[in-house]
Amino acid sequence: MANTAQNLEIVKPGQEPAQSQSVWDRIAASREFQDLIAIKKTFIVPAFIFFLVYYFALPVLVGYAPKFMAMKVIGQVNLAYLFALSQFFVAWIIAALYVKAANNFDRLAKDILDKTGKGDK
Amino acid sequence: MNISLIMFLVFIAVTLAITYWASRRSAGSSAYFAASRQITGWQNGIAVAGDYMSAASFLGIAGIIAFQGYDGFLFSVGWLVAYLTVLLVIAEPLRNAGKYTMADVLAYRLKPRPVRAMASLSTLTVSTFYMIAQMVGAGTLVKLLLGGYVTYNQAVIGVGILMIVYVVFGGMLATTWVQIIKAILLMAGTIMLSILVMAHFHFSFGQFFGAVGHVTYHDAKGAVVVQDFLQPGLRYKPPYGPLELISLGMALIFGTAGLPHILVRFYTVPDAKTARHSVVWAMVLIGSFYIMTTFLGFGAATIVGPDFIKGHGGTNMSAPLLAQALAGNVFFAFISSIAFATILAVVAGLTISATTSFSHDFWTNVIHNGVERKSGEEVLVARISAFVVGGVSIALAIKLQTANVAFLVALAFAVAASANLPVIVLSIFWRRFNTAGAVAGLAVGLLASIGLILVSPSLMGIDPPTVTGAARHLIQAKAWFPLENPGILSIPLGFLGAIIGTLISSEPTSQEKFNELLVRSNTGLGAEKATAH
Repeated sequence: MANTAQNLEIVKPGQEPAQSQSVWDRIAASREFQDLIAIKKTFIVPAFIFFLVYYFALPVLVGYAPKFMAMKVIGQVNLAYLFALSQFFVAWIIAALYVKAANNFDRLAKDILDKTGKGDK
Repeated sequence: MNISLIMFLVFIAVTLAITYWASRRSAGSSAYFAASRQITGWQNGIAVAGDYMSAASFLGIAGIIAFQGYDGFLFSVGWLVAYLTVLLVIAEPLRNAGKYTMADVLAYRLKPRPVRAMASLSTLTVSTFYMIAQMVGAGTLVKLLLGGYVTYNQAVIGVGILMIVYVVFGGMLATTWVQIIKAILLMAGTIMLSILVMAHFHFSFGQFFGAVGHVTYHDAKGAVVVQDFLQPGLRYKPPYGPLELISLGMALIFGTAGLPHILVRFYTVPDAKTARHSVVWAMVLIGSFYIMTTFLGFGAATIVGPDFIKGHGGTNMSAPLLAQALAGNVFFAFISSIAFATILAVVAGLTISATTSFSHDFWTNVIHNGVERKSGEEVLVARISAFVVGGVSIALAIKLQTANVAFLVALAFAVAASANLPVIVLSIFWRRFNTAGAVAGLAVGLLASIGLILVSPSLMGIDPPTVTGAARHLIQAKAWFPLENPGILSIPLGFLGAIIGTLISSEPTSQEKFNELLVRSNTGLGAEKATAH
């Protein structure tokens, strides 16, 4: 089976496949891993919800309050266009913040992997 | 000889040279399906952009904005913002836990054969629908752009053969570089067009938006209309317009992260961190491009005018006609050849994702239980299926020449959002999730999308006898479902199918193996490594 073959790839010499199965459970139960998941959640969940709310505000407002959105703000340019344009910049800002936060995730993940490597020796 | 034709031939020559170069580096599954996972972050980011921005978004969106103003720009917004779902939720777990297809991620914890069979069916459905829409568009456009040098059928066959050659001989590596070159050309052309549009208005945004506020054209009855094109509601009118907008938004936001031809791109990079960086690169390019659709679309509306475009090939010709109006025939030829490159890069991406799924998911893992009987068989099957996919697409595109196929793009996004995305997300995040849930989610999402489109205004409607041919609705009855985009209903149904399927069955092994997927997807432990050429 493909799955078994993939499992074998990470098995270190001298280890039985049966033990490698428990490596996953052991890492998953470790405090470092739990912390990693918790830290990821505290960024990704609010970021994702914020982006959904901010994005869907656009079709909702344009659809249900077209008169309000047609209000001219700068010369001919109305609120609808400015809000649509702001979506691009908000998306870029969220992406940039995520990349910054993810560097921290990478560091924590590397710590976990280093520790696992030592534990197997 | 026609200048457009020369530029088309130059592009073909360059891409064939790349294919020849790539063909010598495409031995073995990892090299053929994933370019040996050695594509760098920025390269993959540009390739994602090239894979994603179809002729529909280059020519189509410029046309929609040129004719229906602001409402068309809402597509542009959704097409970029959707990448936040890819970035925050999908790209890294997929790269960490998968090998060549989205089904790899599902197959970790679930029973591989039923899940891969369904996922492969869904992938082939999305790719085929999307492909037919692209090919029919390609035939019409290439015929128009080359101004009588080729017929519709010749254009479709030509595009089809090129895409088969790229994929069969050059695999993912050739496809990637065709997409990179296309994306660079597309950005260059769009920047040049935008600057020329602003130069026309003496680089004054006041003058530009002033003109956008007073676009003059003749309506269907022949009366002169002066319309503010920044005003919302020209396309999406009550009573169902607002719901349609929300449904479209849902299909884009959740569908992009379920498009198989986009997902496979993340397997071409060495690791999850590079996958993340490639999404960011893609977002910079895609976002910049779609902001510039402001100049393309409104530029065409104000400088060329809807009346003139209608008389010279219709909405899809807006951007090329704008180029002609601003800088003459050579620039028209340049923009036309970019449109041609755009079509080729996207259909090549669709072909390789379809063939990868058929060969890796269906042939190797469903039929042969995950064992590649002979070395190289997986790649051989993929190459054969590329011929089949290409041949079928050419035949269908020729058959459907006069049909209205725009709804097929909506259908592809709907299936991706309603079938693929729910099962990928639940598989990564929900411990209780199991095989019955995945199969049910994929099946319900697929059937709901297709079913709702069948009874939507795209296919159902009552036409007066004056409407003939392709413009007539397929089913002459009042539409049962009022929206052209089924997302608002089909996406919740897909999730519901997956959740109910899970809850009515029990599968202890899928829960036991959840930790493995959790650790793999979050740390990259045991992830597929890059291979030497």
